[in-house]
Amino acid sequence: MLLIGLVLAGVAVAATFAIRAFQENLTYFITPSQVAAGQAPTRSFRLGGLVLDDSLKREPGSLTVHFVVSDLANSVPVQYTGVLPDLFKEGKGAVVRGRMGEGGEFRAEEVIAKHDENYEPPEVTDALAKAKKRTAVAE
Amino acid sequence: MIPEIGQFSLVLALCLALVQATLPLAGAATGRADWMALARPAAAGQFVFIVIAFATLEYAFLNDDFSVLFVAQHSNSALPAFYKFTAAWGGHEGSMLFWITVLAIWTLAVAAGSRSQPEEFASRVLGVLGIVSAGIIAFALFTSNPFIRLAPTPADGNDLNPLLQDPGMIIHPPTLYVGYVGMAVPFAFAVAALLTGRLDKNWAKWTRPWTVAAWIFLTCGITLGSWWSYYELGWGGWWFWDPVENSSFMPWLLATALLHSLAVTERRGIFKSWTVLLAIAAFSLSLLGTFLTRSGVLVSVHAFAADPTRGLFILGLLAAYSGGPLLLYAFRARSLEAEGGFKLVSREAFLLANNILLVIAAVTVLFGTLSPLIVDALGYGKISVGPPYFDAMFLLPMLPLAVLLGVGMHSIWRTMSGASLLQRLVWPAGIAAALGVTVPLIFYGHASLLTSVASVVGLWVCAAALLDPLRKWVLREGAPLTRAQIGMCLAHFGVGVFILGATFVSAYTVETEVSARAGEHFQVGGYDFLFRGVKPVESANFSAEEGEFEVRKGGRLVTVLASQQRVYRVQQTPTTEAAIDSRIGRDVFVALSKPVGDNAWAARIQVKPLIRFLWLGPLLMALGGIFTVLDRRYRLAIRESTVPSRSAAAPGST
Repeated sequence: MLLIGLVLAGVAVAATFAIRAFQENLTYFITPSQVAAGQAPTRSFRLGGLVLDDSLKREPGSLTVHFVVSDLANSVPVQYTGVLPDLFKEGKGAVVRGRMGEGGEFRAEEVIAKHDENYEPPEVTDALAKAKKRTAVAE
Repeated sequence: MIPEIGQFSLVLALCLALVQATLPLAGAATGRADWMALARPAAAGQFVFIVIAFATLEYAFLNDDFSVLFVAQHSNSALPAFYKFTAAWGGHEGSMLFWITVLAIWTLAVAAGSRSQPEEFASRVLGVLGIVSAGIIAFALFTSNPFIRLAPTPADGNDLNPLLQDPGMIIHPPTLYVGYVGMAVPFAFAVAALLTGRLDKNWAKWTRPWTVAAWIFLTCGITLGSWWSYYELGWGGWWFWDPVENSSFMPWLLATALLHSLAVTERRGIFKSWTVLLAIAAFSLSLLGTFLTRSGVLVSVHAFAADPTRGLFILGLLAAYSGGPLLLYAFRARSLEAEGGFKLVSREAFLLANNILLVIAAVTVLFGTLSPLIVDALGYGKISVGPPYFDAMFLLPMLPLAVLLGVGMHSIWRTMSGASLLQRLVWPAGIAAALGVTVPLIFYGHASLLTSVASVVGLWVCAAALLDPLRKWVLREGAPLTRAQIGMCLAHFGVGVFILGATFVSAYTVETEVSARAGEHFQVGGYDFLFRGVKPVESANFSAEEGEFEVRKGGRLVTVLASQQRVYRVQQTPTTEAAIDSRIGRDVFVALSKPVGDNAWAARIQVKPLIRFLWLGPLLMALGGIFTVLDRRYRLAIRESTVPSRSAAAPGST
């Protein structure tokens, strides 16, 4: 009995910790249209879409870059300081993690790497599809 | 013509697998010796045809036969020959054929190694392996056929993903697959034992060496994967809690639990239900891993497939291969009696704790891996679970596990006094506590509570593992160590080494991202890095910019590191080739990225202490496993296993 009690207590403690750690580390995926609609959470979230052509601007000689992530209905300007993943490219999909900063610019803490040139993150595909549907309804 | 031979062989292999899956099982149930006798020839024939199929695929790759769709998608005439060879498992279809090949090898080994076991039992084991094999071959033939032709034949292939063009990729996937697929063997033994209705010590003794063998490969495969991602992905990370990594790690956790609980069942005839369930669960998680990586539900390095029919097919197999045995278990559970009891302070109790903690770890990893998929499937939006969740949830059961490991190693079966145990362990505990707290402070001047605790625990495990070998070989006292005991000490020492590595890398890595101009200096982690600039480099299948860094410490030149930013010609894919200077105590890591304007280049510079311990530890664990498999009692078990052999039940042997 003692053994079973201990085991149950251990499982309960583990479960409590698991749920807390889970909630703290849960990040939502938000599309640019959701940001435009004011649905962006204040905590850290993931933003995904296409990196618009010719939107990538570097602060020369530094690691800070600015670019625009779009689902073709709405766009969000993004700022990031750091080394970009090898496959980051204008006109391709990207997912960034961070939070909204002042002036409506998204401050990315991480640009999530892709591993394959032709591969589009499912979140991006999803965001583009959603935006398309919404514009179709609006028209 | 040649690919059709491969396809035809695969169909023949499926037919033989179906024979192997039915007649021997029916024979065992009805007592027909002639049907049971079919198991081995069917397994051998299946093996031959699968090898032919695999060889024809390799032939197509090596001869640039781009009329085969899979070859056209994953190879190119300019690809170096050995990457053509490894490209055969560099994509979905080929890797499934590889899965089948590996299973055929395991089956053949079991067929050869089970001759001394009762015919009825051996034919059931082979029958279950036949069922597994038939399912996967059918999956390959119907949803992922690597021999499908492409018309018209393209002039050249699409090339192999550049990330996979790396020597590490030659050995990492095969090793991992051998381990993954090897979990089918303890699964088959468990199901066969359930069918027979006899789960006894002999069953555990026959299963254990196979489990350990699969576990060795799984351990090495995961370690190689970690090492590969460290130097090939160019970020300097060694574990990402990526769903694909998790899907090989969860079976590993359960396999580790399984080989410990098998030890108890083998010795004491208890924990039977638990052992059976672990064997089923470990294989189910291997299949789940196949589902996750092969169904395209994930975002990851290895997930090249995106076809729902495949996912449904594997889910069906998963349901059948775990549901069927569980049903069988439900019928048999009542007949699984324990052959003895144990007290709270005994080796059994410590191994039970080991099992519970490992299973908790596996469950939390599973929860973190699957919850984004479930939330998405339920339409609640897309979420992701960050690595901090996994870090915290993994540490929580693992730290107590490591503490108990040191004690459990020195406990004995049935019952013992806590006082004598404590007395034995005072010295190693004291030394570990003193060194674990002071060493990080002396070298780095600061240590968080977690760092101190983790280094004490790591040293404690090392010290506890060394206690018996030291007493035996240095002080020349105590009983001689069997191979299994040496294996246990080695493996547990490896656990300690790993903990120390993980602790120091996490706590004391210094990393920075810089924009570097030629001639610029950077101070990182006590080293001076001078950026010499970038020069172009050309190779057969890629062109690159190579950036050189001079690394100095205290004015003395340590090394010159040349990292490349490559562009592979066919796919026009850029990749980073990191440059690493490794010593046992630390790695210096440099990765050149892109130009950032003003003649400056982005680069990563990292100094990582004790990172080699991360891979040395698991290699020691694997070596320990090899010693265990080579233990006398398993060779005896193979030679004369029908006679229940009385192995020397020395206290403290596993």
